[in-house]
Amino acid sequence: MELQTLTYIVVGFTFAIYIGIAIWARAGSTKDFYVAGGGVHPVANGMATAADWMSAASFISMAGLIAYMGYGGSVFLMGWTGGFVLLAMFLAPYLRKYGKFTVPEFIGDRFYSRTARIVAVVCLIICSVTYVIGQMKGVGVAFSRFLEVSYETGLLVGMAIVFVYAVVGGMKGITYTQIAQYCVLILAYTIPAVFISFNLTGNPFPQLGLGSTISGSDVYLLDRLDQVITELGFADYSNNTRLSTLNMFVYTLSLMIGTAGLPHVIIRFFTVPKVKDARTSAGWALVFIAILYTTAPAVAAMARLNLHDTIAPANAEQNLAYDERPQWFKNWEKTGLLEFEDKNGDGRIQYTADAQTNEMVKIDRDIMVLANPEIAKLPNWVIALVAAGGLAAALSTAAGLLLAIASAISHDLLKGVLMPDITEKAELRASRIAMAGAIGFAGYLGFNPPDFAAGTVALAFGLAASSIFPVLMMGIFNRRINKEGAIAGMIAGISVTLFYVFQHKGIMFVASTAFLGDMPENWFLGIEPNAFGAVGALVNFAVAFAVSAATKAPPVEVQELVEHIRVPVGVSAAQDH
Amino acid sequence: MAFKSKEMAQAYWRENLRLMLWLSVVWFVVSYGCGILFVEELNTIRLGGFKLGFWFAQQGSIYTFVALTFFYAKKMGDLDRKYGVDDDA
Repeated sequence: MELQTLTYIVVGFTFAIYIGIAIWARAGSTKDFYVAGGGVHPVANGMATAADWMSAASFISMAGLIAYMGYGGSVFLMGWTGGFVLLAMFLAPYLRKYGKFTVPEFIGDRFYSRTARIVAVVCLIICSVTYVIGQMKGVGVAFSRFLEVSYETGLLVGMAIVFVYAVVGGMKGITYTQIAQYCVLILAYTIPAVFISFNLTGNPFPQLGLGSTISGSDVYLLDRLDQVITELGFADYSNNTRLSTLNMFVYTLSLMIGTAGLPHVIIRFFTVPKVKDARTSAGWALVFIAILYTTAPAVAAMARLNLHDTIAPANAEQNLAYDERPQWFKNWEKTGLLEFEDKNGDGRIQYTADAQTNEMVKIDRDIMVLANPEIAKLPNWVIALVAAGGLAAALSTAAGLLLAIASAISHDLLKGVLMPDITEKAELRASRIAMAGAIGFAGYLGFNPPDFAAGTVALAFGLAASSIFPVLMMGIFNRRINKEGAIAGMIAGISVTLFYVFQHKGIMFVASTAFLGDMPENWFLGIEPNAFGAVGALVNFAVAFAVSAATKAPPVEVQELVEHIRVPVGVSAAQDH
Repeated sequence: MAFKSKEMAQAYWRENLRLMLWLSVVWFVVSYGCGILFVEELNTIRLGGFKLGFWFAQQGSIYTFVALTFFYAKKMGDLDRKYGVDDDA
């Protein structure tokens, strides 16, 4: 069957499932809408968390970035999994014990201050919206390929679908659809990886194939890759450090603590019945995530090797002729994300690291995973499945993020602060309007995304790392931090990070407004903007401690609250089913 | 307060912190240690087709994280029971 028809069928079928579940589980009360009534099993919750967590950045973008960064791409692999250890140990059980709907609500109560709650809402919105921009980039890439239109058109179609999907559902719909989405996305990711690994190395497990020899030879895959790309002038794959050891360290740290500070992930742990379920749920989430994350480095290395083998076949005299380019090449050219320019006029494709002679003038990293099965000449149904998986990943995360934004605005800002008498119905309506606004705004910025999808998402993590994570940690583990300290810390942390990012990437990511160019010479200690969240977090901690020490200790009842959340018994509120 | 005494509450919290500290050390060593700071030294050792440092950065650290999370959940469950503060009671 035609690839396009098959893709329509597979994508259409998966969408029918999600929408069916969403309608079946339509949210009734506000409580259903936010936390699915508080009664989700830890394994199910772990699976939904994994879908929520693994976005277009993980599915579509990450392996493509690793394919070009090599060892340096490890920052994403370690950063986006290691944060779950922090979440499981330091945050999830205590926040679940506290038992409220949203993260700003906890911050507002722990720091006995409406101002603290509002500041937390603002921080949450800034990082979630940045995150949604990254998703929109991914959705745009996926739809542009799948409908064979330009990236911009793909983005518009994606915005419309995310809108319908997230605004109708709510958390309960989302929890169950996310389980379905996890299944679709993990199959879509691993099936092609198994095929490719088996074809290249004879080992069907990609995790092992990555360390195996290439079929019919005794050369290890990674050694062969190193050799192929260094001959073309590219950096060595398995040793290529991301800028510097310090930068890699800080980048990984930013992603880890950002993971533990992202509100849309934290609220997932409010949906399990007990404190100990919050602990195991984080473990299950990590298992489901690790399946993809240990496959990704294999996908990355194999995609890179296959790409070079297609353009410059190992056993052929000459490179691939442009006229004989495969169908996937032509299709990606239509999206504007892949460009060829015949610089030396020989009608063949030269792909080198030298900008003078390189004729693959544009390869958007975000196309690598989607193109990978086509490059490896896998059957059409596998390619169609990958398209469905990419869309599942992007939709599930976008929906979770939009929910976090909506609940921050309607629950924390409107009901909590501005209009305490608001009816449930009006609250629901306000949260839907907030979602629509966030989609429009993020989609608009998605026309000129600041980076590849995973890079944009990394910025969002930096912002969460510098604002939310430190106050949550201090709120749980230190009784002495008071409202003045927390507020000053959050503002200082996120400001330093935002300032650094805007200075290099442009105000609101509009590149022309960057007052210092985005280049290594201008970076503080050589730390790139995507990695700066850890520095912001350090500032946050330092300011909060200093200010708290200089001002009055928190009232006794707040200190008792801290004692109370440290003990797992007597879980309150969100537990009733 | 669910504890029999204030001392019990403090002891519970101290044991919890000690456990967290040790697990954080492991967490740090596999990722930042083996995967980043000492990657070059470890890369001189091979694990099949992998250089060991590279393997830690792209595979080994993730497996360790999974194990750490479940280990913590298990240990804390034991601790909750020991101090009589588990939720099943």
